Amino acid sequence: MAKQTQPASQNGAVVNDFSITVSTINGTGSQTSNLTITRAIFKMGIPVQGKNIFPSNIQGMPTWYTIRISKEGFLARREEHEIVIAMNPATIKDDIEDVMPGGVLFYADHLKLPIQRDDITMYPMPVKKLARQSGAPTKLRDYVANMVYVGVLAEIIGIDMDKIHAALDFHFKGKEGPINLNYGLIETAAQWAKENLEKKDPYRLEPMDATKGYIMADGNTAAALGALYGGVQFVGWYPITPASSLVETMNQYIPKLRKDPKTGKNTVVSVQAEDELAAVGMTIGAGWAGLRSMTSTSGAGISLMGEFLGLAYYAEVPIVVWDVQRGAPSTGLPTRVMQGDITQVAFISQGDTDAIMLIPKDAQEAFEFGWRAFDYAERLQTPVFVMSDLDIGQNQWMVKPFEYPTEPMDRGKILWEEDLEQWEKEGKAWGRYLDVDGDGVPYRTVIGNKHPKAAYFTRGTGHDEFARYSEDPEVWTRVLKRIKKKFENAREMLPKPEIGTMEGASFGIISFGSNDPAIQEARHYLKEEKGIATDYLRLRAYPFSQEVKDFIASHDKLYVVEMNRDGQMRQLLQLDVPDMADKLFSVAKGDGLPLTARWIMNTILEMEEE
Amino acid sequence: MAKTNALGLSIADYKGAPTTLCQGCGHNSIISQIISAVFEENLPPEAVVKFSGIGCSSKAPTYMLGRSFGFNGLHGRMPSLATGALFGDLSLIGIGMSGDGDSAAIGMGQFKHIIRRNMPLVYIVANNGVYGLTKGQFSPTSDRGLKLKKQGVNPFEPVDVCMEALASNATFVARTFAGDPKQVKTLIKAAMHHNGIAILDIISPCVSFNNQPSSTQSYEWGKQHEVLLHEMQFHPDAKEIQLHGEMKPGEVREVTMHDGSVLVLKQVERDYDPTDRFAAIRALEEAKEKHILLTGLLHIDTERPSLTELYELPDDTPFNRMPQDRLRPAPESIQTINDLMF
Repeated sequence: MAKQTQPASQNGAVVNDFSITVSTINGTGSQTSNLTITRAIFKMGIPVQGKNIFPSNIQGMPTWYTIRISKEGFLARREEHEIVIAMNPATIKDDIEDVMPGGVLFYADHLKLPIQRDDITMYPMPVKKLARQSGAPTKLRDYVANMVYVGVLAEIIGIDMDKIHAALDFHFKGKEGPINLNYGLIETAAQWAKENLEKKDPYRLEPMDATKGYIMADGNTAAALGALYGGVQFVGWYPITPASSLVETMNQYIPKLRKDPKTGKNTVVSVQAEDELAAVGMTIGAGWAGLRSMTSTSGAGISLMGEFLGLAYYAEVPIVVWDVQRGAPSTGLPTRVMQGDITQVAFISQGDTDAIMLIPKDAQEAFEFGWRAFDYAERLQTPVFVMSDLDIGQNQWMVKPFEYPTEPMDRGKILWEEDLEQWEKEGKAWGRYLDVDGDGVPYRTVIGNKHPKAAYFTRGTGHDEFARYSEDPEVWTRVLKRIKKKFENAREMLPKPEIGTMEGASFGIISFGSNDPAIQEARHYLKEEKGIATDYLRLRAYPFSQEVKDFIASHDKLYVVEMNRDGQMRQLLQLDVPDMADKLFSVAKGDGLPLTARWIMNTILEMEEE
Repeated sequence: MAKTNALGLSIADYKGAPTTLCQGCGHNSIISQIISAVFEENLPPEAVVKFSGIGCSSKAPTYMLGRSFGFNGLHGRMPSLATGALFGDLSLIGIGMSGDGDSAAIGMGQFKHIIRRNMPLVYIVANNGVYGLTKGQFSPTSDRGLKLKKQGVNPFEPVDVCMEALASNATFVARTFAGDPKQVKTLIKAAMHHNGIAILDIISPCVSFNNQPSSTQSYEWGKQHEVLLHEMQFHPDAKEIQLHGEMKPGEVREVTMHDGSVLVLKQVERDYDPTDRFAAIRALEEAKEKHILLTGLLHIDTERPSLTELYELPDDTPFNRMPQDRLRPAPESIQTINDLMF
């Protein structure tokens, strides 16, 4: 793997192991081109991942799309760019400089090149000319122009044209007009490259068989589908980057997946609220009423929802909250990724509160937690947060196909009329907040229950086991202690961490979420290049289970790797294991970009030397 | 033997915990009228769900309908809670109890948007023009020039709850007065039969902080300045309409609600058409100019679909009783979904 920074000419061909960065202007339709390249490579059986590094803007600002191609299946972001495709005059200088020595620059030939480099291969592309000749209507010309680089790249590095066609067919949902227009231009550009460019660089693709049994999906779509399989009934939401597409996608799938088999009517109510306050308010109302209820937002929205979430915690209302994390604090970096909401969510409200968090690593786990989250929420009668992020949510992930829920729905402890009658017969008292089973989770009734003793009054003010108003210090303390018990019991109920070990590991690594590919890759380099073996624990939920404590206990030194400034997950871990807190070291960076394996490795190596 | 309704329930079955509001508080009178309205409408208490925000008004649901579910939520956010909750079982009637501080300050956004969506809810604003629970600060509906101990003189124009509702195209807008319990009860009954949002701005004097005769939200001012838009009778069943002697055909309007119940309006000074939104706005402006408390049904629109109708949910079973096999897609669908991915 160390060969990457050496001039390619000394190495011969570089096959299926390089990165492509496409530099364009946002709002020009380049996303279609980039997805087409990524999907075509995937269809060639080569492991691939595309990441969109885009501005908070609709049209006219620089945007980059990086495509990682790795025969070994390492799909994290890399900092090196072997191939750069330059389409934006505003960034051309930087783009040229970004190409690693021995690399390749494809550039639109109408761009003036402010600098020259003789250590890279430079291919001009007659973008405007070919777009003009394509016969595309004038207003579409800028959009289809981006197909020129698809064609030229395809010819030079060897992307299968049939796979490109398949990718376009998918993208345009089989609509012949746009498929033919775009494909025609790609073919023309490829033909032009064949006739006019001489391949001088070493990078090429060869078909593999490594993507069979995988799908490509973004995490927001996966989350939406997971929720639909989880039986979601009510969604209150408000648009926010990067969470909007979660519910938007869900809305599209409702008619497909959630037609009631009995009446043919849809069984999901999705309401776009006027703001996050109302979005979570509706969601809590619905959860209280016995519906499977969720909202989806990002950190700024979580801030607005904070007060309501505290109410849901104390009034014990089951809801699911998706936090697709972005750059923060404040409006921050709305189109960049961060794991910056961890402590915010963990202590969501004023007073003593706790939050249950599920932390998916990719689109497949987003699907799984999409349905499981409702089971936990209803079982524990509390808000459950799913901590996704922009990288998971908005980028295409190569993952195993979604798996149908392996367990029936767990609706938790709900009593209907006949249950209350039975309880009465047995002489059992029912109180909304009475801990009958000793597990901290009381039984609830919901509206519409016609039993004359079913009703209770829900309030955010002090209340006793029978939901009566109370300011009694003992009652207050007792109720909050009992709620804490639910949190403690959740430790062993929630998804367990994933642990990967190596013989003779020097230290442990703890991380979570979308950092996983970079961690896996960093561990590979540490072992292969430095001979350092590592153990790795990937957190999948908060509060932490016993395995986490055991993992920490069994290592002398652990690095907690995360995408924020302060090492927020490390803080939570240290609170959980104060006696072992000094064993935990923070490897944290929150610059808005996904972590890379090299950065993780180098940072750990530096800290090892200290 | 206590009087019972058609369900065999007595008024005691509709009561809540003893009130802790001040003696003479207008809100207590509203509570009584809600209890009577539900009792007289022969609705089981379980058929009603109570919601409230924060403030004296929002404490009220504790003191009525103890056998109804209730949710006392956050300041100004009763509307969103009610919206989500009522989807749980669309056969239920929601009563939202709010106040001027709750709805016309932090809650103004949710007030406007639940109106915009036409969510079926009896939305009561118990309006006393003062913050009671925090002991006497100005509220958004305080009179301009109102003088309060510790606060000085209010320099700002008050928010007119009914005008805001009309501006947002509310489908049911009424103003009434806690000192006129009969009218309050009739309007609550009609509101419970309205298929959409029903805004009831009830002037409800605060005896502790804003009941001085110069205040337009005091008992004395209200009693002296109340002018009726019309006299009202509510008939759950159209067949039962029997006009009393003083209500002669030709001088009355009948408003038929979507479920066939009828609100009969007898003209008082003039023929007022509550379906005319312009007329309602004009009436409010004139009332302000004339310095009167104009009460009655200001506006009604029975045509607009409600939010819950738009979703066309299965109606054979309440949504919150729907079993898993109607909520989770069939196993074979997962293959189709995976095929739809790339």
